[in-house]
Amino acid sequence: MTFIAKPRVTHPSLPQNALGLTRRAYEGALSTLCAGCGHDSITAAIVEACWRRSIEPQNLVKLSGIGCSSKTTAYFVSGAHGFNAVHGRMPSIAMGANAANRRLTYIGISGDGDTLSIGLGQFCHAVRRNVDMLYMIENNGVYGLTKGQFSASADVGTRAKKGETNLQPPIDPVLLALDLGATFVARGFSGDKHQLVPLIEAGLKHRGFALIDVLSPCVTFNDHEGSTKSYAYTREHYEPAVLADFVPSEAPITVDYGVGEAREVTLHDGSRIVLRKIDSDYDPTDRAAAAAAVQARMSSGEYLTGLIYVDAGEERPDFHQVNATPEEPLNALPYEQLSPGSAGLRKVLARYR
Amino acid sequence: MATSAPSRINDFTLKIATVNGTGSASANTLLMKSIFRSGVPVMGKNFFPSNIQGLPTWYEIRVSHAGHLARSGSVELMVALNPETYARDVRELVPGGYLVYDSTWPRPVLLSRSDITVLGVPLARMCNESFTGVRTRILMKNICYAGVLAALLDLDLARMRELLGETYAKKPQLLESNVKALQLGFDYAREHFACPLPLAIEPMNRTAGHVMIDGNTAAALGCVFAGATVAAWYPITPSTSLMDAFKGFCERLRVDAASGVKRFAFIQAEDELAAIGMVLGATWNGARAFTATSGPGISLMNEFLGLAYYAEVPAVVFDVQRVGPSTGMPTRTQQGDLMACAYASHGDTRHVCLYPANPAECFTMAVEAFDLAERLQTPVMVLSDLDIGMNDWMCPELQWDDAYRPDRGKVLGREQIEKLEKFHRYLDTDGDGIPWRTLPGVHPKGAYFTRGSGHTQFGTYTEDAHDYQLVLDRLMKKWQTAKTYVPRPLIEGSGREVGIVSVGSGDSAVREALALLAAEGISVDYMRVRAFPFGAEVERFLAEHALVFVVEQNRDAQLRSLLTLETPVEKAKLRSLLHYSGLPVSSRFIVEGVLAELRGRPSAVKPSAVGA
Repeated sequence: MTFIAKPRVTHPSLPQNALGLTRRAYEGALSTLCAGCGHDSITAAIVEACWRRSIEPQNLVKLSGIGCSSKTTAYFVSGAHGFNAVHGRMPSIAMGANAANRRLTYIGISGDGDTLSIGLGQFCHAVRRNVDMLYMIENNGVYGLTKGQFSASADVGTRAKKGETNLQPPIDPVLLALDLGATFVARGFSGDKHQLVPLIEAGLKHRGFALIDVLSPCVTFNDHEGSTKSYAYTREHYEPAVLADFVPSEAPITVDYGVGEAREVTLHDGSRIVLRKIDSDYDPTDRAAAAAAVQARMSSGEYLTGLIYVDAGEERPDFHQVNATPEEPLNALPYEQLSPGSAGLRKVLARYR
Repeated sequence: MATSAPSRINDFTLKIATVNGTGSASANTLLMKSIFRSGVPVMGKNFFPSNIQGLPTWYEIRVSHAGHLARSGSVELMVALNPETYARDVRELVPGGYLVYDSTWPRPVLLSRSDITVLGVPLARMCNESFTGVRTRILMKNICYAGVLAALLDLDLARMRELLGETYAKKPQLLESNVKALQLGFDYAREHFACPLPLAIEPMNRTAGHVMIDGNTAAALGCVFAGATVAAWYPITPSTSLMDAFKGFCERLRVDAASGVKRFAFIQAEDELAAIGMVLGATWNGARAFTATSGPGISLMNEFLGLAYYAEVPAVVFDVQRVGPSTGMPTRTQQGDLMACAYASHGDTRHVCLYPANPAECFTMAVEAFDLAERLQTPVMVLSDLDIGMNDWMCPELQWDDAYRPDRGKVLGREQIEKLEKFHRYLDTDGDGIPWRTLPGVHPKGAYFTRGSGHTQFGTYTEDAHDYQLVLDRLMKKWQTAKTYVPRPLIEGSGREVGIVSVGSGDSAVREALALLAAEGISVDYMRVRAFPFGAEVERFLAEHALVFVVEQNRDAQLRSLLTLETPVEKAKLRSLLHYSGLPVSSRFIVEGVLAELRGRPSAVKPSAVGA
């Protein structure tokens, strides 16, 4: 248990968002993860982002698979429906749910085991379909609930708590997503809320599949000397490429951009992401260059973070655009629009006589 | 009918043996439809290989003035066009039968029987002389044999031309060559043989008000009429045509002409695991959604089916059964998934299953499946099979009641949630074991967490023995409720000592067998099981008969197992008649099975302790 129970009262001095809700309205059940787990920091960042975006709690849908990461959907926005699917199969639940009602906001929380091993196929196909959702991987390189086995994101040479060294190359979700045509690819670190919150805000608003891979150290099984996913190692080796600020459509840009060159990306609803480049040569709208930069950093043992790639014009159609589904959610279409009735049946059957 | 042979007017089986990928399907459909339009009951069964081109394929047409639409178990007229299978095709003919073959090449093997009439037609030679192009010559050979059969069976040539006209309305060149080929065969047969044969077609009026339709098409129509909006699937024989048909109907009936907007989502998934996941996601979110698959897909869907059972998420799954185990024989039929569907997934799971017997029931049961799935908040499996799904069946024209509205079950609306002090997802408030559910996007007070892990009746996570058991027991209560919701068995006759029980596509063979047995002086009662769980009527039928034959199309007597597991019936009095060759069961198989059992007994009924 990380927290003690907090009373559900709203103090008048607590700041409210556009819906008049305080951050408390975006909290969930008590976390049962280990004290100091990176995942809890991510949960806090999600709470903050949802509050800032004034998402109506009932209009958020939380989806997850199985594992430590997948438990966390219970720990934020208790007013939102949650679906804890089977291991590695959350993307298909998300696809179906999204097909039924395109108006809701979908956030999927997964882990490196859930996404990169058992769920690799479904993950890839969700990216291909460009399902309109924010997909977050809480990536710690290790299986927690089964006590410390390497996951598919474990780096070569990283050492397990019990002493074993990993020799198999990792699967990097960021590179994979870039390769599969993802329209929004980011990487964060659970220890850097300042970077993470705007990424989540932008990911929630992005139309299509948004991936945020969050390095999230496991304090119990992967936070030792020799691990490349420990807090210490990650702090030292995560390199922000681009600082992203999320600017809602109604707000003017007031942030002072001191570092590098700033660039705006406008999302479908008019909101904007302002990207501040740390390295002036980095172009987060160039897929191939982004992949090359990620790879270059990786070869020197570093993780490139920030908004690594974004489809600037949101040119790739999402699932519903491809399918030409109506604006009205499919689950709300009146029956009369779905059935051709007895006259329609007679017409259909004419060719079966 | 100038012949002295016994008349088989409107009562015979015609079988065409050819090679797949040569275009014989259109000729066979032409024959079927022209018989159907003559008002004569007819059934076509396609025995095709799991292959694109070049392997043996057969098409069996049963003509029955009495309306028997199962395989009879005998063949009176064989059109043998595949040298590779000549030997067995000739063997299959009944004594006194007729054999048509392509006499372009000498085939001494065909003359091995003296008790049949061999009719040689130089199909290849005629087509080579009349048409150009290799493909055209091959294709026209088929229409040519249809012409031969038209003469031999006294089919209405004008009607056949009319059918060709409908088929090739937009391809006048094809129409011309088809009509020519038809006439070619017809004229040859008229010139060289005594036409018609004693087993000819004589127009009747027994097909009015009927359609010829396959079960997959009918099931797809049912999905359209049930208001399904999300279809997710992974291609697998023999279920693919169900999804193709759904897509086709939706594109005709559910696309806005002006905007091109589609009032449905059709998703080809990456595998069956994803297909069922998408269905669950969609139904959980308030859409009507379904998938169609076959045995291997059911195996893959097991994990999610268990979740759907336990987390109480509606789903409709069509299992168009094919031959197992494993990949089995994908293009042959079987009822091999009865057990796998009833108890799919680990732990204490059980699923509502519907068993259509023909395309008409595929249509009605598809609609029922959606209503049941939402009323009971659980997966409903519709177990069709390849025979029903892919063969053309003559069945009463499908009817639709415009008063129908989907039964969405217990779903709380905004106002209802607003009034609640607190919403509890898994609480049995009505005493029927069915809790209320809510949909995302409606009200924050309606939010709950759907999970496959242990949960309390309030919807919270639990590892508590008592809380866990409360939910499991309530699910069993829901199961009892399901018994009263599902389609009842169809029962014919009562008071006799012997009964027959069947399921699904075995129905038509059993019906004919009943008539044949009655002609032998043996009267039995009949029950066709139409759903799982079994209700009180199933138990009563079993209890009221001293000996019960269970007719099913699998090796392991799966229906019999289900009956013994789920009802108090004494196992010894259930006698299995098992047909699992991959071909649809014939009426003869059932008659012989029943007679073998009964004739060995001093009285009709003497159950022994010996199993089936």
